[in-house]
Amino acid sequence: MSTVTEPGLTRKPPDHGGAHTEPHAHGAHGTFRSYMTGFVLSVVLTAIPFWLVMGNVLNDTLLTSIVVMAFAAVQIVVHMIYFLHMNTKSEGGWTFLALVFTLTLVVITLVGSIWVMYHMDQNMMPMSPHEALQRP
Amino acid sequence: MQETTPPPGATAPVFYEQEEHAHGDGGTLFGFWLYLMSDCLIFAALFATYGVLGRNYAAGPSGADLFDLRLVAVNTGLLLLSSITYGFAMLEMDKERVGPTLKWLAVTGLFGAGFIGIELYEFAHLIHEGATPQRSAFLSSFFALVGTHGLHVTFGIVWLVTLMVQVRRYGLIADNRRRLMCLSMFWHFLDVVWIGVFTFVYLMGAMR
Repeated sequence: MSTVTEPGLTRKPPDHGGAHTEPHAHGAHGTFRSYMTGFVLSVVLTAIPFWLVMGNVLNDTLLTSIVVMAFAAVQIVVHMIYFLHMNTKSEGGWTFLALVFTLTLVVITLVGSIWVMYHMDQNMMPMSPHEALQRP
Repeated sequence: MQETTPPPGATAPVFYEQEEHAHGDGGTLFGFWLYLMSDCLIFAALFATYGVLGRNYAAGPSGADLFDLRLVAVNTGLLLLSSITYGFAMLEMDKERVGPTLKWLAVTGLFGAGFIGIELYEFAHLIHEGATPQRSAFLSSFFALVGTHGLHVTFGIVWLVTLMVQVRRYGLIADNRRRLMCLSMFWHFLDVVWIGVFTFVYLMGAMR
């Protein structure tokens, strides 16, 4: 191969090469279409939770909480795919692996903290709001 | 060198990269992604703190008393718009058009500045009403979480302005493209964190 024998002559520098030779070789930035898809989905997924809470549509705090958190989870996935261009293949899968590892730690941190501290609160002496005010 | 010289007749092994790399950036984008993941852990800790302390009002005001969801909705819209305009800037960058890239970056910066402006107004309003970070554990964790996000956006704007100067001066050279892609990830990542903030803090806080 000529690239092996004469690297300096034939090998093109990866990024200084011709401007229009490979416009999409710089990574998947998505297209106008994919950005708009993500945007429209995000607007819908944002508007519905705000509408549910501000209009008190479901009339049930617990149910609304669960629905709102579900919408947030879906919207985060939408952002990951359409704006951050996450996929399982970029950088040989390491990007995705790092994300999965981080999400695992995040879930342990959140669930663990809330779980442990909730049970510690259960063992505390009850305190009225007035006592809480007088607390040193 | 003697040991590596192949004997006569043997074919010298030739190694060359067969895998196509997505970016000729020496791994900067992946490194920046790892930074974002570590940033994610910072926010996870702050979210956990808020999750634990978010109901400890110390007989002070609760989220339902304080939050103005209309302001939060406007803020969410601003941040979402800034995400899509940054996307447009990246598309223009792919087309090697400096002018439109700078214009979309400027629009992104303005949306970001609007977000920070409204957030500062909200904070000033809360503090004016006596809902300072010292008032209760709820407010301490609230200001820590939302304030950290706001600081990130602020520094994102500083970075954005810096890159606009760089692009104007040197054009869309490889270095500037790489920097713009890093900031792109940073900016979209902040929007993802904001989804958690407006859901977990504002929407669920306003319902209590």
